[in-house]
Amino acid sequence: MSSVSVVYAKSLGLTDKPMHYCPGCTHGLVHKLVAECLVELGELENTVGVAPVGCAGYAYDYFNCDMQQAAHGRAPAVATGIKRVLPDRTVFTYQGDGDLAAIGTAEIVHAAMRGEKITTIFINNAIYGMTGGQMAPTTLVGQRATTAPQGRDPGHYGYPIRMAELLSTLDGTAYAERVTVVDLPHLNRAKQAIKKAFTLQREGAGFTFVEVLSICPTNWGMAPLQAVDWLREHMIPYYPLGVVKDSSKGGERA
Amino acid sequence: MKKELWKGNEAVAQAAINAGCRYFFGYPITPQNEIPEYMAAHLPEVGGCFLQSESEVAAINMVYGAAGAGARVMTSSSSPGISLKQEGITYLVGSELPAVIVNAMRGGPGLGTIQPAQGDYFQATRGGGNGDYRTVVLAPSSVQEAADLTAEAFDIADQYRNPVLVLMDGMIGQMMEAMTWRPLPRRELPPKTWATTGTGGRREKNIINSWRSSGALLEEHNLHLAEKWRAMEAREVRWEERGAEGAQLLFVAYGTTARLVAGAMEQLEARGVRCALLRPISLWPYPAARLRALAEQPSVRAVFAVELSLGQMVEDVRLAVEGVKPVGFFGRAGGAIPTPREIAEHALDFLEGR
Repeated sequence: MSSVSVVYAKSLGLTDKPMHYCPGCTHGLVHKLVAECLVELGELENTVGVAPVGCAGYAYDYFNCDMQQAAHGRAPAVATGIKRVLPDRTVFTYQGDGDLAAIGTAEIVHAAMRGEKITTIFINNAIYGMTGGQMAPTTLVGQRATTAPQGRDPGHYGYPIRMAELLSTLDGTAYAERVTVVDLPHLNRAKQAIKKAFTLQREGAGFTFVEVLSICPTNWGMAPLQAVDWLREHMIPYYPLGVVKDSSKGGERA
Repeated sequence: MKKELWKGNEAVAQAAINAGCRYFFGYPITPQNEIPEYMAAHLPEVGGCFLQSESEVAAINMVYGAAGAGARVMTSSSSPGISLKQEGITYLVGSELPAVIVNAMRGGPGLGTIQPAQGDYFQATRGGGNGDYRTVVLAPSSVQEAADLTAEAFDIADQYRNPVLVLMDGMIGQMMEAMTWRPLPRRELPPKTWATTGTGGRREKNIINSWRSSGALLEEHNLHLAEKWRAMEAREVRWEERGAEGAQLLFVAYGTTARLVAGAMEQLEARGVRCALLRPISLWPYPAARLRALAEQPSVRAVFAVELSLGQMVEDVRLAVEGVKPVGFFGRAGGAIPTPREIAEHALDFLEGR
């Protein structure tokens, strides 16, 4: 006797649209996690997502739920408008580091300050991807970018910004965690974080934030595996993984 | 119907609530603060939501999100703040989202002054944001009209899935006048089947978006939008006319300035100069055909535009008149308000070729 069972399938939270991401890019993995969480929480049909400007600009085509595409950096303001009209829907933004930590700094800080009951998935890959490798606010000291060809000089450009920590200083932020997706254990942890963020949003806890350290092999000029090593060696020491803030029951995890 | 005394800004806010507006996002700026203040006090009474944003940029993007979620939504500001909203306005047009934006114009450029002006005509009618786009622009000249046009603006916005600008000057916003709350005709509007409200498992996903991945797709979108502009030009032109048959002097003015011109016309009539006034109410689409027809009347010797600016709408006057009659202009700027006598003298000088 033999039986066939499905052990893995693409999430119903994703459409069949082929993704445009570069080889080795981790956006696809994070999309998958967000989609799986929405499906597992039974929220997919109750969700409105907001896509950014940047590499994830086509996210509106990939997530299998209602989507709005926002102007560069404005996703938290757009999500605020949606959530205030539809308080019982799950609303999320999906933003990169240029979008969220540069041009959209005011919008994300004030959405967090207001305790806007939305979830923000923040992709930190320390570079501008879509425009071709310019310096991001999260670019590490010494890291090369097309607009910092000698590497980021802190005397000229200052030091990289830690958004999860910054937003955690605001009382409106209910939950902030930094994760990565460069191996299976971390991928599983990232999924737990995203699911917790959505769950806390459903409970009305406040603003919830998951920062995902990601690789950009194309603009880092590395092979994907080399990029994974670079992330471990350089990004994680500056951007420590873990829960930065958790105001829910059970409290903070060190 | 009972007359009531209302301040322009507050009448605009109440008119919006009457029209079903339930969401307002805005940032403080003089001389329009009574609009957000009124909304903060009264939107919660009708189950709505007022939110003061961190910036004009955020406010217009909150409007975008709320409009995309299917709500009747509004923001208001004054000139420098409207400049900041331009990004959001072009996105609203590109994504075909209805919303109402009120500008209580003040003097510029830059920080300018808080006194009333009409220096944002170019920005409003040509589009201050990027790309090929149009918005209906309505210019009230009384508190009554400010209320009526604001209410109708929501229907116009919903009909075309396009933002509508109510362009009033700070004078209309700040002054109090007698008005009546009369029931206004409501349009039959299509259901908002495009809104992102969650699929509920009952329909395909909806996407609100202004991006196109190729030039060919974008041009297709541009041409679709242009069909809406043509429909607006056919249906949304409005103006008011006053003055004598056989006028020698045809004034063109909008908003507060049209009321100053009415005073100037009385003085000129008393001196034997027959005058008429065309008051554009829609600044876009512009009542160009009617203006041209009036200018072509044999009695008309000159067309004279008056503005609280150094000459912006006068360009539309010249485009409409196309040289069939001489076009003169007088304007004051920076918050200065001309007297009717000043206007009359300048118009007379032009008429007599001085």
